[in-house]
Amino acid sequence: MHTLLLTIVLAPLLASLIAGLFGTFIGRVISHCVTIAGVGLSLALSALVLSRMMTAGEPTFEETLYTWMVTDGIHFEVGFLVDHLTALMMVVVTFVSLMVHIYTIGYMHEDEGYSRFFSYISLFTFAMLMLVMSNNFLQLFFGWEAVGVVSYLLIGFWFTRPSAIFANMKAFLVNRVGDFGFVLGIASLVYYTGSLSYSDAFHAAPMIVTHTITPWAGTSWNAMTFTCICLFIGAMGKSAQVPLHVWLPDSMEGPTPISALIHAATMVTAGIFMVARMSPLFELSPTARTFVLVIGATTALFMGFLGIIANDIKRVVAYSTLSQLGYMTVALGVSAYSVAIFHLMTHAFFKALLFLAAGSVIIGMHHEQDMRKMGGLRRYMPITYWTSLIGALALIGFPGFAGFYSKDSIIEAVHAALEKGTVAGAGYAYFCVVAGVFITAFYTFRMIFMTFHGEERMDHHTQEHLHESPAVVWVPLVLLAIPSIFIGGLTMGPLLFGDYFGQAIHVNEANNVVAELGAEWKGPWAFILAGFTSAPFYLAASGVVTAWALYLKWPAIPSAVALRLAPIYRLLENKYFFDWFNENVIALGSRVLGRGFWRVGDQFLIDGALVNGSARSVGVLGTLLRQIQSGLLYHYAFAMIIGLSALLGYLLWHA
Amino acid sequence: MIGLPQVLLLAGILFSIAVAGIFLNRKNVIVLLMCIELMLLAVNFNFIAFSHFLGDLSGQIFVFFILTVAAAEAAIGLAILVVLFRERKSINVEELDMMRG
Repeated sequence: MHTLLLTIVLAPLLASLIAGLFGTFIGRVISHCVTIAGVGLSLALSALVLSRMMTAGEPTFEETLYTWMVTDGIHFEVGFLVDHLTALMMVVVTFVSLMVHIYTIGYMHEDEGYSRFFSYISLFTFAMLMLVMSNNFLQLFFGWEAVGVVSYLLIGFWFTRPSAIFANMKAFLVNRVGDFGFVLGIASLVYYTGSLSYSDAFHAAPMIVTHTITPWAGTSWNAMTFTCICLFIGAMGKSAQVPLHVWLPDSMEGPTPISALIHAATMVTAGIFMVARMSPLFELSPTARTFVLVIGATTALFMGFLGIIANDIKRVVAYSTLSQLGYMTVALGVSAYSVAIFHLMTHAFFKALLFLAAGSVIIGMHHEQDMRKMGGLRRYMPITYWTSLIGALALIGFPGFAGFYSKDSIIEAVHAALEKGTVAGAGYAYFCVVAGVFITAFYTFRMIFMTFHGEERMDHHTQEHLHESPAVVWVPLVLLAIPSIFIGGLTMGPLLFGDYFGQAIHVNEANNVVAELGAEWKGPWAFILAGFTSAPFYLAASGVVTAWALYLKWPAIPSAVALRLAPIYRLLENKYFFDWFNENVIALGSRVLGRGFWRVGDQFLIDGALVNGSARSVGVLGTLLRQIQSGLLYHYAFAMIIGLSALLGYLLWHA
Repeated sequence: MIGLPQVLLLAGILFSIAVAGIFLNRKNVIVLLMCIELMLLAVNFNFIAFSHFLGDLSGQIFVFFILTVAAAEAAIGLAILVVLFRERKSINVEELDMMRG
């Protein structure tokens, strides 16, 4: 088990190093073979671990492999905690990563940075595995930052484009804000427990609740609430929750495969995973869960609205990712951690599928991403069309597809939480997630209709060259489409209502809304049938119909609506002015502050007073002293003799 | 009777004349050199006087050393002076201010 887990983690790292350091010597083919072999090995072994966990009853593996240092009783260690939750994440991460690796062969084959790209995505896989397999906060933080760094490298992969550089800087800076909270959360846990390990933190959790802290005079917070909110701020950065979501749409500047891998399927779910992993802590703080719930619900609904007006095909998918991450966060907020992980898994498959399909369209359109210049592509790209349709149906939660199970479970869980009153803010969240269903269906099918149906709006040259993408591109699409249909129905029972997660996720009995759902669970078929008669299905259907009416039947309506509702349209077009606020208040403020420090602190005080000031004072002193140096011998002799007499005189009179 | 104070007084007077010569002289480097020699002689007088009145010969031996060194110094000084004159066509002290800061 020990060696097995090490191999899983180190194979992608080794492959990444080979491709990254020797990429130019070994050439493109060996580069991608090595990295695909590395990730493939990880996937195979992860699947082995998962199957042993599920069937052979393999116990939870928790072991420290290496102690980096011990200071003041705090152990800095590298260790693995592999339970059912981790095993599931490992398989999801490596599977999506492998698909993206294969797909990249087709997507990047003209690019100069081919080996570099493979090196980065393998490195990312390593970092993500370190993150999910960690048994302590240090390694979690390492993985957390490492995926951030790789994400930075990949968003700015085309580093000659100013927009890509802007986007990767933005992603990095926004994530720093989240990480600041995350570090504070970890620091708070270390402060109360004196240990970085998860298990110590979980054992000490009931003790932490009894403490209060005073962040500023006159207020008093429960220490657990403070810790959880800080940790969740980290998750907000990584999982792109309002208001730290601004980096994700911009990160679409990177190549499409990484949008699928990092900004849809894996890295952005790190926050969700982390909160689920910390469920024993979050369970003890209703305030923190309300915070999580409200943030998640806001993200779920309001980011969906932005998807409606986006015209870049990748940005539509990006906003849908934000919205779906909001759904997961809502599930976390109502203590339905297993449901959040379930949605995380199904979402990883169908969102990676949608992104890769969007990438396939982009290849076909010769790197044109504007949907207003597409249309009617289903005739030219049938496989891309059908797989996209599967992804879209899964995304909107059409009964039977993977997303349906997870999304309906979230809505039901919120409903149960609302009825039981387990957490404040559930009413708002319920409204958001239900309204979000309509919005999701609307923008998703708006994208499908604008891209694949309707009149062909591309120029003549592009139209002539339109054809289905090569096999390395469509095979991953098909391989992802299969779980996008089936994975939900197959795993929902054991994952949510069976004892799959066991000890990995802890839910207080009073908050256990998933158990409520389980009481009505009669297998996937009954769930599908129930799904056809529930409100979310009709909302989704009306969303699809609305999209059809507005973008296929009467295409003149949207612009008329935009004109009529100009203020709202402008609000959406400016993304609720988050970017405006960040650039004009926070970024500008920082620049003004920085310039102030530069002018006053650096130029005036340090350069002016200390560095140049000392030189100048020596100069002034020298100018004065120079007057004494007349250059005349008898002056010097006179000085010597006077000095001699003075010394002698002193000696004679005083000694 | 000539005793130690009278000899020391003579040496003091000689030394003062030399100092005054250095300070008052504004023209000639040779005069400066002569004044320095005079100072050395004044010191020599002190050595001899103390040697005589204290009955210790080492003071007089020291005088020989000083005279030797003074002779060598005068030779070098005059040689420098000759070179200086060739260079500057002048030995006027007022004009020798190359060390001016």
